[in-house]
Amino acid sequence: MATEGLVRTGISAGQEAIGAFARRHRHHPLEALPWAAAVAAFAVFPSYLPLGSQILATILFALSADLVLGYAGIVTLGHAAFFGTGAYTAGILAANGWGEPITGLLAATAVAALVGLLSGFVVLRTTGLALLMQTLVVATLLHEAANKASFITGGDDGLQGMDVWPIFGLFRFDLFGRTAYVYCLVVLFLGWWVARRVVHSPFGRSLTGIRENVLRMHAIGAPVVRRRLVIYTISAALAGTSGALIAQTTQFVGLGTLSLDRSGGVLIMLIIGGVGRIYGAFIGVPLYMIAQDRFSEIQPVYWYFWIGLLMVLVVRFGRGGVLGLFDRLRR
Amino acid sequence: MSSALEEPALETRALCKSFGALRVADSIDFRLERGARHALIGPNGAGKTSFVNLVTGALRADAGAILFDGAEVTNLPQSARVKRGLARTFQVTALFRRLTALENVTLAIAEREAVADDFMWPAGRHRHVIEEAFALLEALDLGEDALRPVNTLAYGRQRLIEIAVALGLAPKVLLLDEPAAGVPSSETGLVIGVVERLPPDIAVLIIDHDMDLVFRLARRITVMVEGRILVEGPPEAIAKDPQVRQVYLGERAQGSTRR
Amino acid sequence: MSDTFSAVVSIGFHGIAFAMVLYLISVGLSVTMGMMGFVNLAHGVFAMLGGYVLTSLMNRLGVPFALALAGAAVATAVASVLIERLLYRRLYGGDELDQVLLTMGLIFMSVAGATYFWGPVQQPMFPPRWLSGQIDFGFRSFPGYRSFLILCGAALVTVLWLGLERTSFGVQIRAAVDNLRMAQSVGINTSRLFTLTFALGSGLAGLGGALGADLLAINPSYALDNLVYFLIVVAVGGLGSIRGPFFAALLLGIADTGFKYLLPELGAFFIYALTMAILLWRPRGLFGRV
Repeated sequence: MATEGLVRTGISAGQEAIGAFARRHRHHPLEALPWAAAVAAFAVFPSYLPLGSQILATILFALSADLVLGYAGIVTLGHAAFFGTGAYTAGILAANGWGEPITGLLAATAVAALVGLLSGFVVLRTTGLALLMQTLVVATLLHEAANKASFITGGDDGLQGMDVWPIFGLFRFDLFGRTAYVYCLVVLFLGWWVARRVVHSPFGRSLTGIRENVLRMHAIGAPVVRRRLVIYTISAALAGTSGALIAQTTQFVGLGTLSLDRSGGVLIMLIIGGVGRIYGAFIGVPLYMIAQDRFSEIQPVYWYFWIGLLMVLVVRFGRGGVLGLFDRLRR
Repeated sequence: MSSALEEPALETRALCKSFGALRVADSIDFRLERGARHALIGPNGAGKTSFVNLVTGALRADAGAILFDGAEVTNLPQSARVKRGLARTFQVTALFRRLTALENVTLAIAEREAVADDFMWPAGRHRHVIEEAFALLEALDLGEDALRPVNTLAYGRQRLIEIAVALGLAPKVLLLDEPAAGVPSSETGLVIGVVERLPPDIAVLIIDHDMDLVFRLARRITVMVEGRILVEGPPEAIAKDPQVRQVYLGERAQGSTRR
Repeated sequence: MSDTFSAVVSIGFHGIAFAMVLYLISVGLSVTMGMMGFVNLAHGVFAMLGGYVLTSLMNRLGVPFALALAGAAVATAVASVLIERLLYRRLYGGDELDQVLLTMGLIFMSVAGATYFWGPVQQPMFPPRWLSGQIDFGFRSFPGYRSFLILCGAALVTVLWLGLERTSFGVQIRAAVDNLRMAQSVGINTSRLFTLTFALGSGLAGLGGALGADLLAINPSYALDNLVYFLIVVAVGGLGSIRGPFFAALLLGIADTGFKYLLPELGAFFIYALTMAILLWRPRGLFGRV
């Protein structure tokens, strides 16, 4: 710790502490690593770009989930609701004549934010089990709606006939997935930038307060309900963006985008990487998705078993994920 | 010294609250004068903590009025009352456990300064908030713990940080719910010292069982029993009051009543 | 009988039968969630286990129905004790996320395990001869097995409610659900109570899963597929409540049957919307403690 071992000269030790505290948001050189890795992957793994795009988009999804889960402490089993809403919005637009990707993305973000705001308004009035329950019902409700409204969504078969136009009219979505990859990377970067700003802002800090002790937050006059609603909406918006990315880059939207599988999967990915730390998503998602990609060739059933076992073991032997492991090793 | 014309910092009039058949507040008339050092004592189950919850707004009153600085706040939510200058500490330490001491106090000041709604600019920009938080910790001799997570600190120091957080709200009225509760006797002196040094313009209400602490810190004592106020007066009078003696059945009015 | 009346009776009948199954499965979940504050998403696994045990005993070993039912209940109860002691116990009062992850992990493992041992296909359930066919009630005849479900369910519910009211075990359960710390300070061995209650609840779930094997298909993804329904019954009924889930199950069972019959294009959508509406009005459930 910064102040231990220092000769207590009062003022300078204090200034040290204040300075360290005030500088927490500054960028650390290691933060360039994920972006360097992503750019390198573009060059080194040209045949894996479609998987790469999916990974990038899912990182954004996991990031959005971490905002509510890791920072605000809201445990949700229905985050796929916003992901799927974004995916279907972008998909339906593209399948019905408006294939412009950027506006489609923005529309998806807006619609997902709206769904987040409305559902958050209902769901966030409670905590704990009741809240968890309600998030699950919201997602299941949307899943069922998408299933039954097959005349727009394609139902069980999924949304067909998407036609996504070239970005800025110039960059076509090519078969190798190059455009898709860069598109996802740029959007992820923007989303990450937003998430990072929010997390380090006074608002973001107050969220950790809400997570650590809600009672105390009320007692210092914080408008807890409003804060949670705001972060829920921001998170829903980003989740919608990631859903739209997947829809636009794969040119397909299925019911799986709204499933419990998807909501549960993002929780697992965050746990693997580390919850409540921005980079948990950057580690957990690629690990999970690459492992899943390898495994699904062998036996899909065994995948379920090993993932289930991993979750049980992680809970049993301490959470914190990969980043938590690094922390422990450093000490 | 308060004149009869000066408004009290905090006042309740005929405050009532029941949970079914259990009456936790039975028409309570209470005044907390400006700059007071007032203690609220009473046996277990007397309704002291419920009273604090009613005053802060954590509990909704069934009837009666609560006035803060002369203005009625009975129907205001907790956060609004805090904004007007009402702060409390909890009987069981309620801090942001995994956050540092500095962070704990900063959060309180950020709320007070209405900085906490900013979600786009880094918290570090608001340096004055951090500096004030640090100064507050220093004033309570907690400066060296500033960057340590509060759940790694000794319990006595955690209780002090509770008080620091409440002070960060720049309160006009400070409600201390058993400030030395759970603190090992070696550290009680720290807590008492801090309470003694609180700024004189803050009205302080201490809820406690510990008679030593109460008699040392309070200039006025209210005794509460079963949701009602039994008697009120300066410490010497309360110590001699036969009703009070009876209430604390068999236990000496002087000396600790800690179980 | 007129057509609409006949339809109503049919829906009511099948709805109630479904409700009985749902209640038997979910009541244990409600009590343990209310008592231990433990988010047990894997509760459906016990119902599934009951179904697999029943069908395996009957189909592969020719065990008679009643015996197989008992076997299902007992096997599930025993399995639940193991899981409670080994895994759940450490997480009581702990982080909610931990509990969600652990139990989801168990669900995933159950999917894999069930596929491994029994294969991916649904296990058929053949009710015994004396229960199949139609039973003639005079004005109408009803399917025998469904009638049995309703009667059996009603009997079990009565025994359960009486047991909770009259026995000391029941009193202890109600005390612990109401105020755990008080119950402990009064001298109730809450640790043992948890295990016993959990075993009872899971055993009932196993029984429910077995009895309802032709209503809720016994296949590897059982715990996932039906999770929402079980949680709805508990959430709408009220956590920790024993009567609440009964009425919630009735509501859900009849509504689900009704909607699927009358408005199949909308499916379960209305159920979820109805659930949200109820939870909007009463966040802690109909009979939940506010």
